[in-house]
Amino acid sequence: MRISQAFKLAWKSILGSKMRSFLTMLGMIIGVASVITLLGLIQGVTNYLISTFSELGTNMITVSVTSTDTRKTNVDDMYQFAEDNSYIFQGVTPNVSSRYTVKNGSNSLTSTVVGVGEDYLDINNLSLNSGRFIQYADIKNRYNACVIGTYIVDELFEGIARIGDSIKIDGQVYTIVGFQEEQADSEANSTDDRIYIPYSNAVRLAGSSDISNYTFATTDTIYVEQGEELLDNYLYSIMKNEDLYTITSMTQLLDTINTMTGMLASVLGGIAGISLLVAGIGIMNIMLVSVVERTKEIGIRKSLGAKKRDIMWQFVIEAATISTIGGIIGILIGSIATSALGNAFGIEAAPTLNSILLAFGVSAGIGIGFGYMPANKAAKLNPIDALRSE
Amino acid sequence: MMKQKLEKEEAPLINLIDIYKIYHMGNTEVRANDGISLQIQAGEFVAIVGKSGSGKSTIMNIIGALDVPTQGQYILNGQDVSKMKGDALATVRNKMIGFIFQQYNLLSKQNLLENVELPLLYAGIGKKQRKQLAMEVLKKVGIEDKWKNYPNQLSGGQQQRGAIARALAGNPSIILADEPTGALDSKTSRELLDFLKRLNEEGNTIILITHDHSVAAEANRIVMLYDGKITFDGPTGDYRKQEIV
Repeated sequence: MRISQAFKLAWKSILGSKMRSFLTMLGMIIGVASVITLLGLIQGVTNYLISTFSELGTNMITVSVTSTDTRKTNVDDMYQFAEDNSYIFQGVTPNVSSRYTVKNGSNSLTSTVVGVGEDYLDINNLSLNSGRFIQYADIKNRYNACVIGTYIVDELFEGIARIGDSIKIDGQVYTIVGFQEEQADSEANSTDDRIYIPYSNAVRLAGSSDISNYTFATTDTIYVEQGEELLDNYLYSIMKNEDLYTITSMTQLLDTINTMTGMLASVLGGIAGISLLVAGIGIMNIMLVSVVERTKEIGIRKSLGAKKRDIMWQFVIEAATISTIGGIIGILIGSIATSALGNAFGIEAAPTLNSILLAFGVSAGIGIGFGYMPANKAAKLNPIDALRSE
Repeated sequence: MMKQKLEKEEAPLINLIDIYKIYHMGNTEVRANDGISLQIQAGEFVAIVGKSGSGKSTIMNIIGALDVPTQGQYILNGQDVSKMKGDALATVRNKMIGFIFQQYNLLSKQNLLENVELPLLYAGIGKKQRKQLAMEVLKKVGIEDKWKNYPNQLSGGQQQRGAIARALAGNPSIILADEPTGALDSKTSRELLDFLKRLNEEGNTIILITHDHSVAAEANRIVMLYDGKITFDGPTGDYRKQEIV
């Protein structure tokens, strides 16, 4: 008997008992749809997280150093190092951050004051509304210049401040030379709640001469790993101890996000996968019932010369057809549900090709796998007993 | 018919040699066939008669290659069938045997044509030829206009004709009819028996299994079974005489 004939028979049998076929398929539909939806949504969430973090700069490497009495980094050496490897590093800036009381007349607040190098603005992809950023001369001369965020303008100047106005940081008078563009709706503790000053001044304010934080920018994201390795070698040569410095980059964070969401996908996908297993058992159950119901038919077919293989094919293909049709419907519903739920959650979610292929493969495989046992039972029936049954 | 008979004179179409079929039910041994030897030539019309429990169904299963004997040899058309298993027996059934059952045994979800095509399907014959051959035999039994109908849309007589068409479709060596008139009224029974006679006159070998003596009387030769043994084997005329005695 040809396989096309077996498909025709399977189709007839499915149509012959529509309600039962549909209920059998339902398990497969739900299983496949939930696998596709969950995996699609998790992929959407992953993409959302990655794109959010990417905006923060995936080409940046942050170095944090714990100085000891004898071993410490030197700002000029770090600059030199970046310059020596300029094919990898676009620039470097020290990062001396602390919170101080900031005053303008009687208005006062506590804000984050960041001591920076002149490349800080470029490295962090920030821009100014007006004025200029901290420059090399400011750092060299320890000039009390500052660039302030919009939150500071709102809070200390009631929204109106001009270049040349001055504020007091920890009691010292600083002249405003520039205004940072609004970043985060001018909220407290956001990137708008910032004051930038030359790192040389910041070190003094902090009362220590050591700089513990640097941000390196690579020329391209692909150099991040290489840059980290170079930095590791360089810092080890200075500090002689791996525990005295840490090097972190966004790629590590992205890797972490990928690992975590991947784990989430495995767990949720696994749970949804269990429903596929249950669906498979449902198919097996129905096929077993079907074999019992059709014992007479099997007997007749055998008496007319059907071989084991012919009966086997008939039932396996019927099971595979049911589960594959269920799988296809599940894929359609899953795809629609993924987009709809993605919209509802405000993330861009689409069913992934992998999950569709996986779901389709699993559903067809389950049909064949779970159809095999009942089909084998049918194929092994003794024709005399089968003919005698009613 | 004569030509066929001459060819097969020495080698019978069916040669059953000392057939035993023994079942074990708990500790008791049931000998359904207890040493049956029987030769049937091509072109014969034989009725196997006996009461229920006489072993006629068992011998029919063996002749029809649905079952194999516990002991003894069954040579069908020169081929030893008695040692065959599953698929080999299926092939023998497909090529050599045409079954006609009491309950017609047409598949209810297939139309008449598809039912008749079944043996051809399992013989691996292509779609076009299958339909052509099936339509030919449907024409022969006179219900070719019903080919699209499903079994439940046909009368008992029509269904039995359909079953005969299916039995004839594969052009088998033997037509094996198991109580073919059992579910029919006397008029359609008469028609069916006449039809079987005609098939026999056309050269088909027919074996009829029945418990009904009047049906058996239609055959040319009668084999009677009792307790798994042959108690009579001879021309129908002699059987009548024996009955009277």
